[in-house]
Amino acid sequence: MGRPMQVARYWRHFKEKYRLIGGKCKSCGHVHFPKRPVCPECGSQEIEEFQFSGKGKVVSWTIVRNPPSGYEYYKPYPIALVELEEGPVVLAQLTDVDPEEIDFGMEVEMVTRKVREFEEDGIILYGYKFRLPIK
Amino acid sequence: MRKPVIIGVGLTPVGEHWRLALRDLAVEALLNAMEDAGVDKVDSLYVGNMASGSFVEQENLGALIADWAGLGNIPAVKVEAACASGGAAVQEGVKAVMSGLEDVVAVVGVEKMTDAWPSDATRYLAYAADAEWELFHGVSFVALNALVMRLYMKEYGYTEEDLALFAVNAHANGAKNPYAMFKKPITVETVMKSPYVADPLKLFDASPIADGAAAVIITTEEKAKEFVDKAKMVEVAGMGRAIDTINLANRKEFLFLRAAKVAAERAYKMAGIEVKDIDFFEVHDAFTVMAALSLESIGAAERGKGAMLAKEGQIAIDGDYPIQTLGGLKARGHPVGATGVYQTVEAVWQLRGEAPNQVPDAEIGLTQNIGGTGSNITVTILRRV
Ligand SMILES: [Zn+2]
Repeated sequence: MGRPMQVARYWRHFKEKYRLIGGKCKSCGHVHFPKRPVCPECGSQEIEEFQFSGKGKVVSWTIVRNPPSGYEYYKPYPIALVELEEGPVVLAQLTDVDPEEIDFGMEVEMVTRKVREFEEDGIILYGYKFRLPIK
Repeated sequence: MRKPVIIGVGLTPVGEHWRLALRDLAVEALLNAMEDAGVDKVDSLYVGNMASGSFVEQENLGALIADWAGLGNIPAVKVEAACASGGAAVQEGVKAVMSGLEDVVAVVGVEKMTDAWPSDATRYLAYAADAEWELFHGVSFVALNALVMRLYMKEYGYTEEDLALFAVNAHANGAKNPYAMFKKPITVETVMKSPYVADPLKLFDASPIADGAAAVIITTEEKAKEFVDKAKMVEVAGMGRAIDTINLANRKEFLFLRAAKVAAERAYKMAGIEVKDIDFFEVHDAFTVMAALSLESIGAAERGKGAMLAKEGQIAIDGDYPIQTLGGLKARGHPVGATGVYQTVEAVWQLRGEAPNQVPDAEIGLTQNIGGTGSNITVTILRRV
């Protein structure tokens, strides 16, 4: 089912997906990604935006060989759990990396890349991926 | 409160039922269960199903199945908790009976998955994950479990071969189950030679996409006497259910199923038992690593020792912790929203002494059904009356 969704659905998450902006609890200081309406630590609803640095480390990874429909074009592709330096873990694709190179604790940085393209005149989705840091 | 008992079970074989529709499967299982219980009408119907809207473009399964099974103008609804839909539907049926509102309740779990293209099926299954923060990035359900599997092996020093033992055990038991999808024993080598789906997870670490339906009839202990002998009654002694973060990345621990622990503790308390009292476990082995984590999270093994139970042979029928006695999700097959009801039917067989792979003198059994990557979990304790 590769049919384009309404643009609005993706537009809602531009801040998170383009710039890695999450949430910070004004009450207890807990930072989280994505931004939530209720702090998962203390239950406060006073949450402000928080800009993550985009630096992180690989916690675990896999190579997707049988992707869900709509993502066949990119297969096989690596997906990882990345622990951001501020604490939260995010799931994302790794890009510009040899799968053999990937290891526990590998340092990575966030980049904005094309995540999915809908056929014909459909929309193109962009979002964060992670790569080895450019020194 | 009233004591709920299961008095009838019915099911279809799990497989690729290309000639049967979702409604055919559900009605067959349901009518079998009603016949087994000796009831010709029920007060209500609960349908466990995960994704009929996606797989066969059909929702409103309560009306569809009650209508086609000729149950009259009864209340009937679908219960959805991803792959734990079946377990949740059984618990909703039990709650209806316990509350006193309904006396004889039918529960059917059904899923028709093979009408979809494989990559679409992969997509629909991923709807149980977080659509915006997991599926968006192109992750499959298998891949999410692969992330957990890699961490489990690293953290506790297990190999892919160690985890393969769960698949070997499931297939050995499934070989004895006439309703199982796979009736052939396999070896560790079979698993290791199967292709990677999402490294380090291989095809034989995962349960198959399948069609099937299973059903149970629940009533009170008092009312049950009108329909069946005591030998056919199985009490639902305890149950619990809990959620965890839908997004795996947001989990505080990746190697512990917090929702399973909470659900199991509730179920043990309600049944007044401890884990050591349980004679067999139908845990949710959609992936080999999930069998290990399940055993740890419900308290049958210490953290990191779930896979040791497999290495020591304790998960076999004659071991101390028999699991997947009729093949589990891995060999019986995993028609997602039906699975929890299949587990219940198989536990009833064991407790009635009717299982083709009988655990000797089984008195108490546990079923544990996982939805999402550990995000929605049911635990149910069944006991011989
Ligand atoms: Zn807080």
